[in-house]
Amino acid sequence: MKRAILLLPLLVFLGMAVFLYRGLFLDPSELPSALIDKPLPAFSLPDLKDAQRTLTQNDLKGRPALVNVWATWCPTCKAEHQMLNRLAQQGVVIHGVNYKDDAAAARQWLSDYRDPYTLNVMDTEGALGVNLGVYGAPETFLIDAQGVIRHKYVGAIDERVWREELAPRYQALLDEVKP
Amino acid sequence: MKKLLCGLLLGFSLSSVALAAIDTYEFKDEGERQRFRQLTEELRCPKCQNQNIADSNAPIAMDLRREIYRMFAEGKSNAEIVEFLVDRYGDFVLYNPPLSSKTLLLWYGPAGLLGLGVLTLGVIVWRRRRGAASAAASDLSAEERERLAQLLDNQLLDKK
Repeated sequence: MKRAILLLPLLVFLGMAVFLYRGLFLDPSELPSALIDKPLPAFSLPDLKDAQRTLTQNDLKGRPALVNVWATWCPTCKAEHQMLNRLAQQGVVIHGVNYKDDAAAARQWLSDYRDPYTLNVMDTEGALGVNLGVYGAPETFLIDAQGVIRHKYVGAIDERVWREELAPRYQALLDEVKP
Repeated sequence: MKKLLCGLLLGFSLSSVALAAIDTYEFKDEGERQRFRQLTEELRCPKCQNQNIADSNAPIAMDLRREIYRMFAEGKSNAEIVEFLVDRYGDFVLYNPPLSSKTLLLWYGPAGLLGLGVLTLGVIVWRRRRGAASAAASDLSAEERERLAQLLDNQLLDKK
């Protein structure tokens, strides 16, 4: 009994060590999204490619897709763009939300660096961004065929992120559609 | 030296400018302004995590101030505005987190640790007291007492 009590400080220390060690690898800028398993917020915004056309949340439904929040003022978006192009080539459906951006600059960007987006919503005021809980671009939402948000990734998508975090979830959503 | 001082002064004045975000909103009375100030100070900026929405100059904080101002104009209550933000950004935006299963440790952890400390101290004190009491009323048999005295005597003799 006495011996066991002598071990107590060691146990407390080990507990703390494990706890703090884990803390070293947590990213405090990664916030859990409050919107997981909720439908896309309602919006009615112009299409970036054709400003006459109005897009709503219903236009994004039908197929599982990535919804990528991007802007030309965001350097990380540029870093991620080639990856999005590759994914689009592989047949992944990617919709864009052009967040608080200049429409002309955004169109120029898409013609310069290729356009991976199926649809591109023009959110000049950032109102849709606020409704999506966006706090910095790029952010990518994974939505299912019913337009329900199933996952959110903050930061640039690269090979590793796609392979480990997004591809399995995207595949699962595709499997949901064809039973 | 003078240059250094000037530089420092300039630096300080600039940093104070950077701390207070400039608002250009107009309120119908001072009470509304106070309410806006108070509410935005209680909400945390999602991007710059250790600043509140009132102080931050991050674009997202500006957007959120604008949204909050819009909701003020619509006559929404503080609770409704907070709910709006929590629905989008989660409990993270609250500097005053609600009590839930996730925050139980946060709210009661310190009190629990204090309780544990008091309990440990209590046990130690209680043990010592009991130990002291039992030592005072040592119940050696007559035989043992004689042996003890003998041993002590021997030791005393040895020392001499």
